[in-house]
Amino acid sequence: MSSISLRTEPVEAVPPAMAARLVEQTSANQPIAPGRHTGEVIMDVQSISLSFGGVKALSDISFNVREHEIRAIIGPNGAGKSSMLNCINGVYQPQQGSITFRGQTFRHMNSHQVARMGVARTFQNLALFKGMSVLDNIMTGRNLRIRSNLLLQALRIGPAEREEIRHREFVEHIIDFLEIQAYRKTPVGQLPYGLQKRVDLGRALAMEPQLLLLDEPMAGMNLEEKQDMCRFVLDVNDEFGTTVVLIEHDMGVVMDISDRVVVLDYGKKIGDGPPEEVRNNPDVIKAYLGTSH
Amino acid sequence: MLYRENGQFKTSYRQDQQIFGITQDRYAILGIIAFAFLAVPFLADEYLFRAILIPFVIMSLAALGVNVLVGYCGQISLGSGAFMAVGAYAAYNFFVRVPGMPLVPAIVLGGLCATAFGILFGLPSLRVKGLYLAVATLAAQFFSDWMFLRIKWFTNDSSSGSVSVAGLQVFGAPIDTPVAKYLFCLSLLVVIALLTKNLVRSAIGREWMAIRDMDVAAAVIGIRPMFAKLSAFAVSSFIVGVAGALWAFIYLGSWEPAAFSVDISFRLLFMVIIGGLGSIMGSFFGAAFIVVLPIALNQFLPGLGGAFGLHISTATAAHAEFMIFGGLIVWFLIVEPHGLAKLWSTGKQKLRLWPFPH
Amino acid sequence: MGFFLETVLGGLMAGMLYSLVALGFVLIFKASGVFNFAQGAMVLFAALAMARFAEWFPAYTGINNVVLANLAAFAAAGAVMFVVAWIVERLVLRHLVNQEAATLLMATLGIAYFLEGLGQGIFGSDIYKIDIGMPKEPIMAFESLFQGGILINKEDLYAALIAAVLVAGLSVFFQKTGTGRALRAVADDHQAAQSIGIPLNRIWVIVWCVAGVVALVAGMIWGSKLGVQFSLTTVALRALPVVILGGLTSVPGAIVGGLIIGVGEKLSEVYLGHYVGGGIEIWFAYVLALGFLLIRPQGLFGEKIIDRV
Repeated sequence: MSSISLRTEPVEAVPPAMAARLVEQTSANQPIAPGRHTGEVIMDVQSISLSFGGVKALSDISFNVREHEIRAIIGPNGAGKSSMLNCINGVYQPQQGSITFRGQTFRHMNSHQVARMGVARTFQNLALFKGMSVLDNIMTGRNLRIRSNLLLQALRIGPAEREEIRHREFVEHIIDFLEIQAYRKTPVGQLPYGLQKRVDLGRALAMEPQLLLLDEPMAGMNLEEKQDMCRFVLDVNDEFGTTVVLIEHDMGVVMDISDRVVVLDYGKKIGDGPPEEVRNNPDVIKAYLGTSH
Repeated sequence: MLYRENGQFKTSYRQDQQIFGITQDRYAILGIIAFAFLAVPFLADEYLFRAILIPFVIMSLAALGVNVLVGYCGQISLGSGAFMAVGAYAAYNFFVRVPGMPLVPAIVLGGLCATAFGILFGLPSLRVKGLYLAVATLAAQFFSDWMFLRIKWFTNDSSSGSVSVAGLQVFGAPIDTPVAKYLFCLSLLVVIALLTKNLVRSAIGREWMAIRDMDVAAAVIGIRPMFAKLSAFAVSSFIVGVAGALWAFIYLGSWEPAAFSVDISFRLLFMVIIGGLGSIMGSFFGAAFIVVLPIALNQFLPGLGGAFGLHISTATAAHAEFMIFGGLIVWFLIVEPHGLAKLWSTGKQKLRLWPFPH
Repeated sequence: MGFFLETVLGGLMAGMLYSLVALGFVLIFKASGVFNFAQGAMVLFAALAMARFAEWFPAYTGINNVVLANLAAFAAAGAVMFVVAWIVERLVLRHLVNQEAATLLMATLGIAYFLEGLGQGIFGSDIYKIDIGMPKEPIMAFESLFQGGILINKEDLYAALIAAVLVAGLSVFFQKTGTGRALRAVADDHQAAQSIGIPLNRIWVIVWCVAGVVALVAGMIWGSKLGVQFSLTTVALRALPVVILGGLTSVPGAIVGGLIIGVGEKLSEVYLGHYVGGGIEIWFAYVLALGFLLIRPQGLFGEKIIDRV
């Protein structure tokens, strides 16, 4: 019986050591270990303001993100958290302010250019490609790195075929990591919500991003699913050193896994710092619980 | 019982990714292709070739092209007739004006001109989508109608407005009998279908489908919308242009601009929707349906009317055809909006279980 | 200068007729999100019905009054369009509620083929006349301002007036009546409208009825001008750019768009036509709409489409 060849090439695919660790992770029950080594500032958001017609979604938001850290953005509903991610991603164009990512400063940039700079993202409402299978959805995340042109793909010989197989191998590692092997050929529309969220994460991971933006990755999940998702997020941060910015409502998750927290309310920043500090900030408490009269 | 995949294990990604994963499928398709090439020329009579087989082959090719754009990339196009026309007239001009130009290169060049035209009129897809895009493509259709009617250079300054080609041959073998025409078109169809299938199952195909399903998300994962949409227009118009050249050269022989009117655009769209959007097999099914239906109606309606004691004049038959055609389209869309391809795959599912009910 | 004005006026009046057909599109799209490719076939069907009923009326009732015949024919044709609307909703629309745009488009195309076959099968396929007493002689106006005066086609003038009355009536219907409000609610949000008790199916029947009446008026006018024949269906295709220009969801947009297209077509034919071989009317409207699409996709008055992720 021939075996699946694990031939990997140094340039594009996952290095063997990392791949082995990924496979290891699927069965290991690692404890959540906070305290990562965070590095330089890789993203700096400066005075971003965004309005839709008369509605001001974001007012003068500034914060930074350090490499390798997990940064949480929290706030009541409608505070502008998703809009903030959309600005970073290029889906919305802010009217004022700028974003500096890895030395490049921009205010208006097309989403696919931002993606090519190394920023990946999941969506609150699951923007999966309903007409495709799980495998194909995650494979689209590799499109950034496909080198062969139309003609080669049409002929499907030699280099094109080999490249397709290489990317397939990488995606299979991600599928193993997220434990969705049984569903790889299923159309995503038929999967339950929790699994669809994993596919969304898988697609973002396939881009091998330096910055991963997660928009409420644990919304609508039960306790077990949340634990799984937390584990994935921490593993991604640990093993690949991916910087993570996540929007989350579950305070337990936020306190447990994030290094620093930004708090938004009505489009303004009302808190910024380590979780314990933010938790005791009176403005934050007021925003969530309201004041008593 | 016969159609099971038991024992067919895939042991490499290469095997897993092949076009026909199930061995029975592979043999069936090879069988059908062999039958089409080897048996049909001896079994079919001239009428069958001229009325059904040749139009079916050429229209399948055109439907394939339209399916790439509408089915895989989700860009509604009502201008396919224009792309066929550009392919036809460009091939004609290359064939007639360049001395010694062989047939196949002329057709390919016609396809490339259609590609340029397609990219140009595909530019609106970068700004609009859905119905607005459909109307934009109609602009291509009407512009091409006018272009080939009024600009005399395209028709080689023909006084009647119609042009014709003769003396077609490939490597010395003349294409004048129905069998030769059929085999020529069939060869081109098989080659282009294979290339297209390869395209839709590789990275560019996934890009197209991503754009179709949710273009905002596609951009966020790094797919450039401009490249994806324009490449869909380019590939689609090339295939449709080649089909147009074949339609003009092989099926019609001599033609005028009205041969590529908006009616053909509608028919192609019907083929693709009834056959199944986003399915290569679907293009064949849809083309077969739309090619055979008018002929079937023509043959059976007077007979059917006679059985009820009604005399159906040709005019009434023509009107009844319209009604039945329209009615069938609507009925089909209600019953199976995903087209014949979906019925086919459902059938295969049932076949997997046969003879067990579930 | 006089000639220029003449051309513009002629264009305005032709544009009014485009607006009529475009109205039918906008109405149905506003209320059900369906782009009705069958509008042209409905124009033909309605016109055929009216022409033939007007012919048959004297034969059946023995009354030879032209005005009465026309009125009865109009009413009968209107009734027929109501039936068509009801059947379309019952048999087609109800079953295609959540399908994608391409499917619905194809369904309306299927309906178009069906109506064309049915209309010609029942009413015949010759060219028929509709004579509603529109004066055919032109008048020369503004003779004091311009030498020789400006040629105004009286028929076009009457047609424009009828169209204007119809549009005014529809505007009042939409703004002031309960049904009109319900229609606007459905256009905004199907589910929300249903949740406050608006019966979607009945609304759709009403909308298609209204569109049918609009088609009838358009068919009557066009038929009176050109005679009722199969080529009337192409009128719908000519009206599509109007809808794009004006915005798919806007009634005033259909009017303004129609006028712009009408004037533009006439002017371009007269002043640009001979440079490029003539006959550019068939694509001018479309290319104009195309240009518009690139600058302002939602049209002059349409609503901006915002994609939320």
